[in-house]
Amino acid sequence: MSLDDPLHRVQVHDGEQLWRREFDAAKKRSAEFTTLSGAPLEPLYGPDAIADLDHERDLAYPGQFPYTRGVHPTMYRGRLWTMRQFAGFGSAKQTNERFKFLLAHGQTGLSTAFDFPTLMGYDSDHEHSIGEVGQVGVAISSLEDMETLMSGIPMGEVSTSMTINGPAPILLAFYIACGENQGVDPKLLRGTVQNDILKEFQAQHAWLVPPEPALRMITDVMGYCSERVPQWNTISISGYHIREAGSTAAQELAFTLANGMEYVKRGLAAGLDIDDFAPRLSFFFDSHLDFFEEIAKFRAARRIWARKMRDTFGAKDPRSWMVRFHTQTAGVSLTAQQPENNIVRVAFQALAAVLGGTQSLHTNSMDETLALPTEKAVKIALRTQQIIAEEIEVAHVADPLGGSYFVEALTNKLEAEAERYFAEIDRRGGVVPCIEAGYIQREIHRSAIAYQAAVERGSKKVVGVNCYTEDDKGPTIDILRIDASVEREQHERLAALRKRRDNARCKRELDAIRDACRSKDNLLERFVAAAHAYCTLGEIADVLRAEFGVYKEPKIL
Amino acid sequence: MQRKIRVLIGKPGLDGHDRGAKTVASALRDFGMEVIYTGLHQTPEAIAEVAAQEDVDVVGLSILSGAHMALFPRVRAALEKRDMGHVLLTGGGIIPQDDMKALEDAGYTKLFGPGTRTEEIAQWITAQMELRWQKEGAAQ
Repeated sequence: MSLDDPLHRVQVHDGEQLWRREFDAAKKRSAEFTTLSGAPLEPLYGPDAIADLDHERDLAYPGQFPYTRGVHPTMYRGRLWTMRQFAGFGSAKQTNERFKFLLAHGQTGLSTAFDFPTLMGYDSDHEHSIGEVGQVGVAISSLEDMETLMSGIPMGEVSTSMTINGPAPILLAFYIACGENQGVDPKLLRGTVQNDILKEFQAQHAWLVPPEPALRMITDVMGYCSERVPQWNTISISGYHIREAGSTAAQELAFTLANGMEYVKRGLAAGLDIDDFAPRLSFFFDSHLDFFEEIAKFRAARRIWARKMRDTFGAKDPRSWMVRFHTQTAGVSLTAQQPENNIVRVAFQALAAVLGGTQSLHTNSMDETLALPTEKAVKIALRTQQIIAEEIEVAHVADPLGGSYFVEALTNKLEAEAERYFAEIDRRGGVVPCIEAGYIQREIHRSAIAYQAAVERGSKKVVGVNCYTEDDKGPTIDILRIDASVEREQHERLAALRKRRDNARCKRELDAIRDACRSKDNLLERFVAAAHAYCTLGEIADVLRAEFGVYKEPKIL
Repeated sequence: MQRKIRVLIGKPGLDGHDRGAKTVASALRDFGMEVIYTGLHQTPEAIAEVAAQEDVDVVGLSILSGAHMALFPRVRAALEKRDMGHVLLTGGGIIPQDDMKALEDAGYTKLFGPGTRTEEIAQWITAQMELRWQKEGAAQ
């Protein structure tokens, strides 16, 4: 019987009707089934759900526009994703040891977490730093600390990611200067600086100066690096923090890409050629609990960005069209109750990231709702990636869920929702006015509240929290503690540095930064010179705060 | 009729994680309390100052930065300096169990960890305040 046979069509039709009848008559577990983001789901997806999908236009092949199916023709047959565990705590020396531990266990790239004083541009001995030095990341107050952090690590060979935003250009300057002192040409340095200030205002909240001067520093970084540090990813446009702050998958996608487009507009306005800087933009997404929604989100991100960059911004270089992204599993999904269960959550989230075609991945450790992770917990998290890569045979076929009625329909839906947000942001005057009016922050907050309400109502189940609970005597696992001596020793090191260095030279460099703030000179160039003079992070940031002012968040509550 | 409970939710230190603080602030408002949220990156002094100006009954601190052992005592001291030592001090965040117990034992505060229902926080605050008001009523 051929497919065109009328009898065949009748049978198909009958099959669907029969299924629908049986489905409607049967008892269900719940009145409503939704994605984690709260979007209603059909019980079944078939050809009708993707009737408009055009293979050439919407999917194509891996390594081809619009990259829905991945950015490389070979995907993981060519090279596995980079296993990049975010690490940093205590002193530069302690974190240097953790880096070496991770490299020794097969990790392939470094990723640096900084403490809050560093993230906010304060030296370890500033009054605002009391009690916070080395707590959530490593304390880096000067080039000297950076030299300790990278000691014995060949900077020309590893790639290093640095999660820092407000003072990102200063920390990048420390890294470049450190490389130069190791004898490494900046042209050989590979890595990423997060440097995504827009999402700081929206979600993560570690800022330094207000949006306009912050964006100027970002274009300075793009301009400097495209010439002198060409292998460096100058921004990691991050949805992770937006999602962790409570957004839905669609909001994460929309706000992240809207921020990305804003950076592109700023680069163009600064007179840069799009194909000079766009290939160095990278992305960073969350991988949350909703397995299929996350995979669809990664696919939609690639397709939307490719279309915007080629068709709206006119980029010609295919590398400008590609979303290359890092993924981290969802910290917010981990539970303090029965913490070992987190290993399983992380494994599913990591698998979604791999099936979604990530370029690098951080898997969270089971103990992160309690404190920073121990070595044992970090190792299990890294081994989780290695099991996905080596044992379960999922890395052999590109975009294995491509063509699934369900995943394609979800991908389309997320793209459409993102487009609605882009239009709304435009209507409100763009990303920066939306931040200043608190619009994006309020959208995220609303979703966070809705999620919390669903958990408390019990319509969203969390094992160990609102179902399958145990009488918790508290966690039985070991946790990592940061010794108070870290802060004290950091104070001593800084005091010694301030005594030892050429303070007249420091003053000259800080004055030069002040002048550059008032002109159009490239600030990163000045920061590198100041780094070599051992000016501290706080000293440089103080000049910026004095020249550009301090950001005040809008009230949204 | 009893007056509304006045709560200040504060974010001391450099920590930018405000999902919990804002969620709890919204929830307590829904439970009928008057809630003021300080916004991010506040010093202990600034928090105590707002608490005194607004004459709040409760101060709730949200700390996910690991600086809790330094910040709770500093906020407590700043409150006492302003004759606000009577304020019910509470909070939550990423705080190891041992530290929670140490802070509770030292009389600083009761703390709520991840996964706590907002209703539980509201009920605890309400019960504590009713107890205090009964005592005050009996004394007058």
